[in-house]
Amino acid sequence: MPTVSMTVNGKAVSREVEPRTLLVQFLREHLGLTGTHVGCDTSQCGACVVHVDGRSVKSCTMLAVQADGRVVTTIEGMAAADGTLHPIQAAFRENHGLQCGFCTPGMVMSVADLLKNNPSPTEREVREWLEGNICRCTGYHNIVKAVLAAAEALRGAPAHAAE
Amino acid sequence: MYAFDYHQPASVADAAAALAAAADGKLVAGGMTLIPTLKQRLASPSDLIDLARVDELKGIGEESGSLVIGAMTCHADVAASDIVRRSIPALARLAGGIGDPQVRNRGTIGGSVANNDPAADYPAAVLGLGATIRTNKRDIAADDFFQGMFTTALEPDELITRIAFPVPQAAAYVKFPNPASRYAVVGVLVAKTGGGVRVAITGAGADGVFRATEMEQALSADFSPKALDGIAIPSDGLNGDIHASSEYRAHLIGVMAKRAVAACV
Repeated sequence: MPTVSMTVNGKAVSREVEPRTLLVQFLREHLGLTGTHVGCDTSQCGACVVHVDGRSVKSCTMLAVQADGRVVTTIEGMAAADGTLHPIQAAFRENHGLQCGFCTPGMVMSVADLLKNNPSPTEREVREWLEGNICRCTGYHNIVKAVLAAAEALRGAPAHAAE
Repeated sequence: MYAFDYHQPASVADAAAALAAAADGKLVAGGMTLIPTLKQRLASPSDLIDLARVDELKGIGEESGSLVIGAMTCHADVAASDIVRRSIPALARLAGGIGDPQVRNRGTIGGSVANNDPAADYPAAVLGLGATIRTNKRDIAADDFFQGMFTTALEPDELITRIAFPVPQAAAYVKFPNPASRYAVVGVLVAKTGGGVRVAITGAGADGVFRATEMEQALSADFSPKALDGIAIPSDGLNGDIHASSEYRAHLIGVMAKRAVAACV
């Protein structure tokens, strides 16, 4: 079995995996990072979004071996070491941007990618960006509100590192 | 997913050699079609040859009147490229409308064109702009490349290296997307070139992307949406499925084509 090595949430990890292991399986089952969810398992819903080399991807549609040597960030890598929520997470809580919470890790990771490249998105741009993230509880109104609030918070705190 | 051996070649020559040596090898570019296919056990290659580390397949550049895009360039990079936005803005917009942001971060132009999905966007651009597909063996004109649904002129051990798009005088791509997948129910690319007008239709044809020659002739004589009045696209040979009947797709071709012409002028 090939050995894959990557940096996950700032820590170097190395494991033997079968080539057919999905990145999301690797994160959840080999590393125990169960914050990344499997929703549809068909690249539609976005519950499994993580960052690979700083870009958001659907980890159910990537092999662990394809992430060999890469830098991966999951939802577990977003809050500070002392548990202080990342401004995007805080904004989702403040604005009731979640109900059951299943889609939230993917939403947060997707939004982190958006705000890194577009710190002041319009509401329309937020809705277009979230094309690949599905929420089946609330609809998207409060999620969009949360994203706009997070954008404002992050603009006010430029020193905060998203990753 | 069935088990397979995985290879990460660093050059086109090594990738071609790995493909030739495998019992039933398959190239993976972004994997946005192939990995879901493997997960459903609809394919069971013996070997997967990943092109992600082949640096010579990446990049966007210009060559005497053409825009040249490396096969492993992802949709998000084409959409955001200053060179593409300046020389063929229709192509940047097309790339920015594929799937969703996460799919655009992985999916590649070479993978999409080699797969030739009948509802994919890129084949319309390649055929409509009269691009040339460069491979590790030869150059193939778009008119000779697409040979029916999921079928291309590529030989079993041949891989796309770059795609060269002649820069048109004007071009636009308009699609009617499936609201869930963003695949084209019908997509029309109209290009005004020195050699006349080209119109390519994706999403509709039972044999994949095709040129609408009657529309091309009408638009070459008079490049205006009105010139398309009275041109009825026959529904024979068009796809009909739960998303749209073949008659509806025929109707949409006319509507999308007019919108594309209007976006050009």
